[in-house]
Amino acid sequence: MSGTGADRDAGFARRLTRPAFALPAAFLLLVALACAAGPLLPFDPVAQDRALGPAGPSAAHWLGTDVLGRDLLARLLQGGRVSLQVGLVATLVSVLIGVSYGVGAGWAGGRADAVMTSALDALNALPFTLLVILLTVVFGQDLLLIYAAVGAVSWLTMARVVRNETRSLRARPFIEAAVALGQTTPRILLRHVLPNLAGLVAVYATLTVPSVMLTEAFVSFLGLGVRPPLTSWGLLIKEGADAMEECPWLLVFPGAAFSATLLALNFLGDALRDLLDPRAAKP
Amino acid sequence: MLSFLLKRALAMLPVLWIVATAVFFLARFAPGGPFDMERPLPEHVKARLNAHYGLDRPLAEQYVRYMANLARGDLGPSYKYPGWSVGELIAQRARVSAELGAWALLAAILAGIPAGALAARRHGSRLDRALTGAAALGVCVPAFVLGPLLALVFALKLGVFNALGWDTAGDRVLPALALGLTVAAPLARLTRASMLEVAGQDYMRTARAKGLSEARVWFVHGLRNALTPVVTFLGPAAAGLLSGSFVIESVFNIPGLGRLFVSSAFDREYTMICGTVLFYAAALMALNLAVEVAVVWLNPRLRRSVAGGGGTGGAEGGGA
Repeated sequence: MSGTGADRDAGFARRLTRPAFALPAAFLLLVALACAAGPLLPFDPVAQDRALGPAGPSAAHWLGTDVLGRDLLARLLQGGRVSLQVGLVATLVSVLIGVSYGVGAGWAGGRADAVMTSALDALNALPFTLLVILLTVVFGQDLLLIYAAVGAVSWLTMARVVRNETRSLRARPFIEAAVALGQTTPRILLRHVLPNLAGLVAVYATLTVPSVMLTEAFVSFLGLGVRPPLTSWGLLIKEGADAMEECPWLLVFPGAAFSATLLALNFLGDALRDLLDPRAAKP
Repeated sequence: MLSFLLKRALAMLPVLWIVATAVFFLARFAPGGPFDMERPLPEHVKARLNAHYGLDRPLAEQYVRYMANLARGDLGPSYKYPGWSVGELIAQRARVSAELGAWALLAAILAGIPAGALAARRHGSRLDRALTGAAALGVCVPAFVLGPLLALVFALKLGVFNALGWDTAGDRVLPALALGLTVAAPLARLTRASMLEVAGQDYMRTARAKGLSEARVWFVHGLRNALTPVVTFLGPAAAGLLSGSFVIESVFNIPGLGRLFVSSAFDREYTMICGTVLFYAAALMALNLAVEVAVVWLNPRLRRSVAGGGGTGGAEGGGA
């Protein structure tokens, strides 16, 4: 945080073109665009070609077809839309909860902070996988509630990181100055604290997306999350695993798409962390 | 040390109580009940079953009775397996899951720590880059992709192992690898980073100045000191293996605790749902406590502060 703002911004813009950041960002953009453009493509993810059945990659079906003769590429794009949506919406939920909780605890300090922090420790020790499974069983069919359920249990790291940063911000002279000037607490939080948290939050949000997508895929793999005919990458991997002996491509392509996206998101998060705060320690 | 352990163990009780309460009511929010089969039972049979298990009583009364039984260590009867108690079923299945987890942890440690140490030793070399790349890739290939792939290659194509089951010693290999390698990757990254940090320390120079062999300097003096963060990581990792085993159990058709929980959630087997969640919660907390103790024992300075009655060492360990 040294140097003038203009200096920093120029350096920041230059660093954005570094391959460590630009490559995963470009890849993710491509995946997101392809998934978003999926419905415009001339393949239908639900149209079945029973006569064709499962077939390997060909000119007509680039990634082959599944056991019901549905085009795998179209299904992969449809599943990607669901998986990415889950990742984004759940991350948004986790950011909202985590930042509010973290700023609340960090700003309040004292006894309230101690209680909230030990509550975080206690929550951290809970078996969240089981809780997510239970929540998806309870709220079953509604995709939006699955998003919310996954997000509602993914905010702990965010809360801890934000809380620590808020504590250290609170001791900084510019915050003291704002308090001394008689600014109201909401104003200080909005104008001074939140903007200084933005970088950190961006980093951890980027790292939350893959972990949330992993949770969703895990739940869908167990047959509890997304229901057919809708699909997600987790469900496609499950279907691929069931049919892998005769049709290995049904497992390999969804698995590769999923892993590559997770890899890119993790790289992006790491690169973002190096960009925004070179001193930040790994969690 | 004993009072520290006791204090920690007591602190688990209120958490377990909150978990039990939350899960008790959450499970009952789910639509349907334990005796709603695909082919509906006759109404009077269902009513008798519900009455037998006390499910016709007001929810508050059921809750009080459940908690009273829980306080005596009784997790209740299983609805699906008449004559069995939830405790007996969990004990039976948990043995399988624990064995799977232990093999997986062993695979993770045997693959992850040497790989990380080797990469750090040859820092910047092609080997380092290959290992680091493999670890980065491994972090992103989840167990439910790796498991079926391993089964495809080693069971279905090469025929070395069985694709399903948990009967012979060979049946342990693929599930343990699928589960363990997902932990080995972050373990290798952590070991490498930790070793590189240790490499610059004074005592490493001292060890070299004493004329010790390079291998001894790295693997005895370096690795031992680099392991503290690794041990801290292993607690949550072991916890991850416990819950990660869900998919592996379903991929390889292993009769473990994860599948018991998933089927109980499907069947609305309230006592089993509560029992499994409580068991997992207790196991996770015990694992975290074990790691705290291990970290304290690895670090003589912390050991003294805990023995001296200071509770701060534990608080730091919990925050790590």
